[in-house]
Amino acid sequence: HARSRNYVSESEVYKLESVPLDFGDYHPLKPITVTESKTKKMNRKGSTSSTSSSSSSSVMDPLSSVLDGTDPLSLFAAAADPVTTTAAMDSTRKKRDKDDSSVVGSDFEPWSSKRGEILARYTTTEKLSINLYMGSEKGKATTTGSAVSEKVRTRLEELDDLEEGSQKELLNLTQQDYMNRIEELNQSLKDAWSSDQKVKALKIVIQCSKLLSDTTVIQFYPSKFVLITDILDTFGKLVYERILSMCVDSRVSLTDNFSPESVNDTAKETCLNWFFKIASIRELIPRFYVEAAILKCNKFLSKTGISECLPRLTSMIRGIGDPLVAVYARAYLCRVGMEVAPQLKESLNKNFFDFLLTFKQIHGDTVQNQLVVQSVEIPLYLTLYSPAIDWILQCIAYHAPEVLLTEMMERCKKLGNNALLLNSVMSAFRAEFIAARSMDFIGMIKECDESGFPKHLLFRSLGLNLALADPPENDRLQILNEAWKVITKLKNPQDYINCAEVWVEYTCRHFTKREVNTVLADVIKHMTPDRAFEDAYPQLQSIIQKVITYIYDFSLLFSVEKFLPFLDMFQKESVRVEVCKCIMESFINILNALLHICKTMHDSVNALTLEDEKRMLAALINGFIKMVSFGRDFEQQLSFYVEARSMFCNLEPVLVQLIHSVNQLAMETRKVMKGNHSRKTAAFVRACVAFCFITIPSLSSIFTRLNLYLHSGQVALANQCLSQGKA
Amino acid sequence: EVLSGVVVITSKDIVQHQGISLTMEGSVNLQLSAKSVGVFEAFYNSVKPIQIINSTIEMVKPGKLPSGKTEIPFEFPLHMKGSKVLYETYHGVFVNIQYTLRCDMRRSLLAKDLTKTCEFIVHSLSQKGKLVPSPVEFTITPETLQNVKERASLPKFLIRGQLSSTNCIITQPLTGELVVESAEAAVKSIELQLVRVETCGCAEGYARDATEIQNIQIADGDVCRGLPIPIYMVFPRLFTCPTLETTNFKVEFEVNIVVLLHDDHLITENFPLKLCRM
Repeated sequence: HARSRNYVSESEVYKLESVPLDFGDYHPLKPITVTESKTKKMNRKGSTSSTSSSSSSSVMDPLSSVLDGTDPLSLFAAAADPVTTTAAMDSTRKKRDKDDSSVVGSDFEPWSSKRGEILARYTTTEKLSINLYMGSEKGKATTTGSAVSEKVRTRLEELDDLEEGSQKELLNLTQQDYMNRIEELNQSLKDAWSSDQKVKALKIVIQCSKLLSDTTVIQFYPSKFVLITDILDTFGKLVYERILSMCVDSRVSLTDNFSPESVNDTAKETCLNWFFKIASIRELIPRFYVEAAILKCNKFLSKTGISECLPRLTSMIRGIGDPLVAVYARAYLCRVGMEVAPQLKESLNKNFFDFLLTFKQIHGDTVQNQLVVQSVEIPLYLTLYSPAIDWILQCIAYHAPEVLLTEMMERCKKLGNNALLLNSVMSAFRAEFIAARSMDFIGMIKECDESGFPKHLLFRSLGLNLALADPPENDRLQILNEAWKVITKLKNPQDYINCAEVWVEYTCRHFTKREVNTVLADVIKHMTPDRAFEDAYPQLQSIIQKVITYIYDFSLLFSVEKFLPFLDMFQKESVRVEVCKCIMESFINILNALLHICKTMHDSVNALTLEDEKRMLAALINGFIKMVSFGRDFEQQLSFYVEARSMFCNLEPVLVQLIHSVNQLAMETRKVMKGNHSRKTAAFVRACVAFCFITIPSLSSIFTRLNLYLHSGQVALANQCLSQGKA
Repeated sequence: EVLSGVVVITSKDIVQHQGISLTMEGSVNLQLSAKSVGVFEAFYNSVKPIQIINSTIEMVKPGKLPSGKTEIPFEFPLHMKGSKVLYETYHGVFVNIQYTLRCDMRRSLLAKDLTKTCEFIVHSLSQKGKLVPSPVEFTITPETLQNVKERASLPKFLIRGQLSSTNCIITQPLTGELVVESAEAAVKSIELQLVRVETCGCAEGYARDATEIQNIQIADGDVCRGLPIPIYMVFPRLFTCPTLETTNFKVEFEVNIVVLLHDDHLITENFPLKLCRM
């Protein structure tokens, strides 16, 4: 029979000083129900509803707040990608491809994604200038009666105007001014075209192309290239579409792969006219660029037009004396070639080989003089080549057979392990190819000339590759050692952190926490002097991200000695908060994952489940619930329990556990508040009790119910929830 | 051959007219260059425009045309006058060969006559037989240059190359290759200068003038040594025609390869061409 209990004394123990209860607007049940329905919505797979909290309460739902891409599934997917944008760009480029070789698949990173990067990187604070010789529109001189066709007249004028015409020289432009001007030119091109002033449009394009032969303020050249080739692309498209529209009438419409036979004579004649006009442009560089821009129009004239044009244009570039201008011309040709005829690989390769032949010009007098005049150092000058070479190699390496890649490497080697090329090779070729030859590459990097292209960039490129593909097993440690030997010696903190960031990932991937610790220690050592870390928050953040991704066992994570000191480097409040958020998000994701697993287990319980199994499952889930502790965040804990209740409604033992937990929560609150509940905590406690009150009736066993009622009653009393206690 | 087309008349109201006719004219106009004026009497006669074709057809008899758009198709056979050969259309400086089609609408005394002219292009038939290619190789060094006053002051250089053929088909580009094997001074520019050589006159006297048609740059800046640079130039329509030699005038073509060095020295190598249509 039941033990006797001294209710009075017990109640003494639990009773507190009476505090008048007061209900205010804040009703405990309201927020909970709102949250509950919200979480119910959130938990659906693939749901994308927003996480804006509709109630005024501060009840943070742990599960809903982390949705939007960080649910377990998407996080696992995201974990595969490197976090930094540049790395992301490199990696998307290198995904495995199975596409038909005549079509450029989605795994080929398009030019559009590189544009922004180049414009952001190649900037200048120096003043720029634009020289435009816009021919004046002289009155149409009639040479032999009004019968002379317009083409002839304006052609003659063109030949004169380009030299004598009005000259617009805009000096002292800032970079932003320059960009605005170029945009204006782009617009006037479109305007001229739409008002049928085709000759003017051509003139604008020619003048713009001429700007590309100007290499003053050389650091800005890559960005200049991006801006002006945009205009060229616009022009090319306008011409192509104009001729295409002449082919289309109500009966006929051309498919993408139309043949020249289906092109009518007027269209052909117009197309021919354009080519004739362009063939008579005097200067090499504009003639090249404009003809490349309308390369696609060859389709209207003959099937072999493009395949004849491309090699010719490739050879034409040999006439460009300045190697920087030439390499960018090659990049443009490769770009146009890839768009129009990606299957014509020969030309692409030829472009690259020609470039290798002209490489020695960089050390020639003309270039050297230029650099002296502009006070630009060779290492900086060489980095200007990277975007162009990267692009060319990317085009060549796309779907290229292994044999070709090896040949390319050999050719580069012959040029004395040129760092610039090596870097581009590592950026362009498939990660698997590079990773498999990591030791070779390290050897080549070591042999590179120090005074040229900076070595840390090379190591960075190598690291990026290794983030995507694994090198051979036995080499891994040696690779890390070699790389780190160089990285740790880097003096400039920016350079250092850019490199370290990439290699941290490699370390996390292949090694244990000991190595990770060493690496982190090194980073701290380098970044602490002079508060260098202040400039490097993005990189440091990404390091944390990577570490968390790979070391998901939190106990292990925090046992990495240097982890917390590393966190200490985040001294700017906002950044710190972000980092912590990051860590918590990962933790929560793990939670979510586990919760999901529990739910699956729970849902599998049906009428046929054995009693034993049920018990086992319940025990597991209980264990999990007991583990989950939000520390001081009681509200979150309660909502978690609420959530759990709805998820595990079929398993009684779980519900029992939940009730106990909630009671415990209430008691803990009391303990924390030392008996004096604030309005909020009082409401909270009432909520706990309400929870119990609601849940208990759903239990089947009467004894359990009674017991729990008792328990909850005591708790309620202890917390001065008299009315609830009474119930 | 027949020139065919459509005359289109658009008008808001009914048009009253006194007849619509088409006139086809083709002529060679010769101009005297400044230096030859006043040299020979006989000259002036030979310099009159030479008519190649001139014929008129009446299309519509006097009457009325409805309002709106009226289209009248025509077919005009080409009839030569005198010479049996139709020269190709050619717009030059001292020689101009042009063919025009003129439509005249005569109207009553009160209204002005209307007229509209349009040029049409004549190309000769493909010449029979095969073109015999005549490749030319060249080497330019300070020693091979003529007209040099102070050879010693010239920087050393060696430029080699070849033209695929000096007998050219007018519809195909001029091609070849050029290599700057070595040069002491930096190269500023290499250009192809297409030149027309027009001769007007007769047996007693003639004037020969060379003028530039176009200039195509094939190298910009100090090019890589030992690397072949393509020579490529398209013959512009209207401004070139197959090489022509008649009793009254001659139209010939040449190409100059011009190398400009940074110390402002200019080196030119001349190649006469023969253009034909195949």
